[in-house]
Amino acid sequence: MININISDSATKLNSLNRRMFILATAKIIILGGIVSRLFFLQVKENKKYLTLSDKNRIREWKLPPIRGEFQDYFGNTIAGNFEAYQLHIIPEEVEDFRYVIYRVKELLELSDKQFKKIVKKKNEIKPWETLIVADNLSWEKFSKINNHLYDLNGVKPVISISRDYPYKENFTHVLGYVSQANENDLLTNENIKEKFVPGLKVGKTGLEKSFEQKLIGSNSVERYEVNAYGRRISQLAFQKGDKGETIKLTIDTKIQELTNELLKEKAGSICVMDIYTGAIIAMHSSPSFDPNSFVFGISQDEWQLIRNNPMKPLVNKSLSGNYSPGSTIKPIVALSALENEIIKPDFTVQCKGHKNPLELYGQTYHCWKKEGHGFVNLREAMKQSCDTYFYEVARRLGVDRLSVTAKKFGLGQKVFKDVFDNEKKGLVPNTEWKKNALGRNWVLGETIITGIGQGFIQTTPIQLCLMTAQIANGGYKIYPKIVANDDNQYADKFIPLYKKSRNIKIVQDAMFSSTNEVRGTSYRSRLDDPKYRFAGKTGTSQVKKITELDRELDLKTFQIPYEERDHALYVAFGPYKSPRYALSIIIEHGGSGGTVAAPLAKKLFKMIVDRHEIRKNYDNKKYLDI
Amino acid sequence: MYQYRRFNNKNGFFQKFGNLDYILLSCLLILGFISLATMYSTDGGEVLFHTRSHFIKFVVFFSMMLVISFINIKFWFSLGYLSYAVILGMLIWTINFGITASGSKRWIDLYFLNIQPSELMKIFIILCLAKYFHRMKAQHVNSFYSLCFSLIIIFVPMSLVIIQPDLGTSLLIAISGIVVLWFAGLNHKYFFYSCLLSIISLPIIISFLKPYQKLRVLTFLNPDRDPLGAGYQIIQSKIAVGSGGFTGKGFLKGTQSYLEFLPEKHTDFIFTLFSEEFGFIGSVLLLLIYSIIIYRVIRIGALSRSYFAKLFCYSFGTSIFIYVVINMSMVLGLLPIVGSPLPIMSYGGSSMLATMIGFGIVMSAKTHSQQSIA
Repeated sequence: MININISDSATKLNSLNRRMFILATAKIIILGGIVSRLFFLQVKENKKYLTLSDKNRIREWKLPPIRGEFQDYFGNTIAGNFEAYQLHIIPEEVEDFRYVIYRVKELLELSDKQFKKIVKKKNEIKPWETLIVADNLSWEKFSKINNHLYDLNGVKPVISISRDYPYKENFTHVLGYVSQANENDLLTNENIKEKFVPGLKVGKTGLEKSFEQKLIGSNSVERYEVNAYGRRISQLAFQKGDKGETIKLTIDTKIQELTNELLKEKAGSICVMDIYTGAIIAMHSSPSFDPNSFVFGISQDEWQLIRNNPMKPLVNKSLSGNYSPGSTIKPIVALSALENEIIKPDFTVQCKGHKNPLELYGQTYHCWKKEGHGFVNLREAMKQSCDTYFYEVARRLGVDRLSVTAKKFGLGQKVFKDVFDNEKKGLVPNTEWKKNALGRNWVLGETIITGIGQGFIQTTPIQLCLMTAQIANGGYKIYPKIVANDDNQYADKFIPLYKKSRNIKIVQDAMFSSTNEVRGTSYRSRLDDPKYRFAGKTGTSQVKKITELDRELDLKTFQIPYEERDHALYVAFGPYKSPRYALSIIIEHGGSGGTVAAPLAKKLFKMIVDRHEIRKNYDNKKYLDI
Repeated sequence: MYQYRRFNNKNGFFQKFGNLDYILLSCLLILGFISLATMYSTDGGEVLFHTRSHFIKFVVFFSMMLVISFINIKFWFSLGYLSYAVILGMLIWTINFGITASGSKRWIDLYFLNIQPSELMKIFIILCLAKYFHRMKAQHVNSFYSLCFSLIIIFVPMSLVIIQPDLGTSLLIAISGIVVLWFAGLNHKYFFYSCLLSIISLPIIISFLKPYQKLRVLTFLNPDRDPLGAGYQIIQSKIAVGSGGFTGKGFLKGTQSYLEFLPEKHTDFIFTLFSEEFGFIGSVLLLLIYSIIIYRVIRIGALSRSYFAKLFCYSFGTSIFIYVVINMSMVLGLLPIVGSPLPIMSYGGSSMLATMIGFGIVMSAKTHSQQSIA
């Protein structure tokens, strides 16, 4: 051991203590630094970090909003909701996706094709987006999945609210259908974009689309506390969203069902309207399809079947079908001629039959009746639908004056304005239109065929129905509506469309004779009971120009190829003693209006009139008093 | 009182008992209690593995410290070189036969416990150097020979730890050593020049760093460059501390830790959790406890008669201070992330063992403050 001498040890101690003092000072400064840093973070910036911490731990989940329902006039749900059992996976949250997906495949007994589709979908979405493996499981499979959840980390069985159309194909063209929102829906509708969650169904056509804003409702929001791995620890809040509005329609399901039944196996449309309120009682386009198959995405096969059907189920014929009105235009031609004082009701024309057709500038114009009608006045001509008579009336009237009356009664413009996005305007031609659209002058022959509803003139079934309704109600303007509480007040509602109300009476009477008097074109479809008695006008619109050869052959409808057969039309209103309802019927390629379309009206009117009592009582809330 | 003790050269057991620094002891106990409570919180409010293990370690090592307090400081003086050599041997053993965990070989298996020699080295390097300088004459301190020798003492364990690899601990070992050199009276210019040199050579050093270490430095400079990757720890740590606020979120209510946003919450980031739950007040109180502990350690050094005891106490106190400061600066985003535990608070047996041995020696210096070492 070395002996340390005193003075040396003293220097060492001095130096040690001096340095300790220096360091102690430094330490205090450093401590001050740490404390000020703590102060900065915890007191000054506290708000910022508190928000960041909440952002860390709180996560919100939007749930699909519950869609509003559609009800018919009597409060029956015609588009509702049901609980669908679904299976969701968020790929990000699954440790071993391959294992899980194969396990799910096994449990759900998925086919290879379905499986491939799911895997493909998984590759398309972002890992944090929800992958919907199955959207409508049976209860058995759903519970099977639930029993195996311990093995399926990251798989979420979900009970989701989904669209249900209990009346299947009955309301398809009125309501449209819903399906998964696609990119286009998100781009065109801000509201959908805002409320979007994977699996959200939105309206694709019909009222489902038009009333999307009202129907969609608002999202429920679940607020969860999550840990660093995104696992939900506890639910902090649940903010219940509002269900979409329930929309009540004016449609009577019973009549709608009857229209569907009547048009079974046929292509065509039936529209029924209240002639005073404009309420649509039934509106059906056939063939239809089951909108339920679109809710969870339609299978390719089923889609092809619908798409390639020659009867075009996807087209809403009531609104988008443009047809030549045929003889159903005759009431308007007659009315226009009377209004413009071109003819008097006793104006008579001789119809000479096919042997002596009307000849004009080398063209011949035949009446449908080979033997001719002989001398006919207005009432007889309407009753028997004499073409020759109306050729002459049209020739005297001129197309421009005719078009004014036709437009006044609702032809050539959209009946529902913006309610349906697939509604067509139809076409009421006049000389100016032809000059502008086709660049050629109007020729007299075109006026003549317009007089019997052929040529350029195009109407939709709903327009014909509106036209008939406005004749039936005595010639007053109405605005058709399909939503019950749609009380849009139009200034020109119920304004008279006639100059002399007697003219309307004459036309109504002529239509009555057509159905209820011997030799009337729809005499066989009449209802004799005055309670049900209705008036109507048949129409048979040519799809193809009738050649001399055709005329000689005089084939029966079933002998002609389907695409070349005439459209059968019928417009009617009733009950005749105090009219309340108007209807229009079109059977595509059905043949003659009198034999094919008019008999349907007979069945319809029976039910319409019977249902009228119920409807009236429902209005007066009589049933609630019981 | 001071006079009285001078006449009693024989230090009886009860006298030693009376000579214990009770303020230091109670502060250590309070700290131990706080660390247990915090550990209980990291376990999610249950007595699980970490809490139980930490409790056992604290009790065992605290008792060990008390035992050490009664051992004459001369014993530790004589053990200075030997213990250093033993730990050095353990470090070499670690490199060859160590247990690999999360990419580095840090532990050796002693059958009944796994020990991390690098943590022990933090204390024993102080002991070794204190002994070395105790014997040295003042004029020899700055001699070339002594400088070389002490630098070798520092560099050998440091490099052994670096290759584990464990940059944080090796830096702390070096700092402990350098602190002793400073107190021993090494000329200021050496510190000045080496500081200058290290700043100049910083870019070169960085180029020698492992990619993950480079990333840490870059992350420190800008944590937002990779908020979910390298910057995650520091961002979440700052969020936790910052969201604690003035009074904290309350015991067991720290969402950041409870929801597992905090990394390494048992060890290096334990202060974050404490700070989140107890806020600014709690953090300052904790700092105060550490300050009292360090103050007491240095005071014991000041009252000791022997140069060795003084040097050890000063260096140990300063080292503890530096450990605390580095750990806190790291979690508060003032320094890059290096693995450095918070003494006593952090989970980890070796660190606790080393710290308690250190306090034991300090306490022994207190009980034997009149002991002069020849």
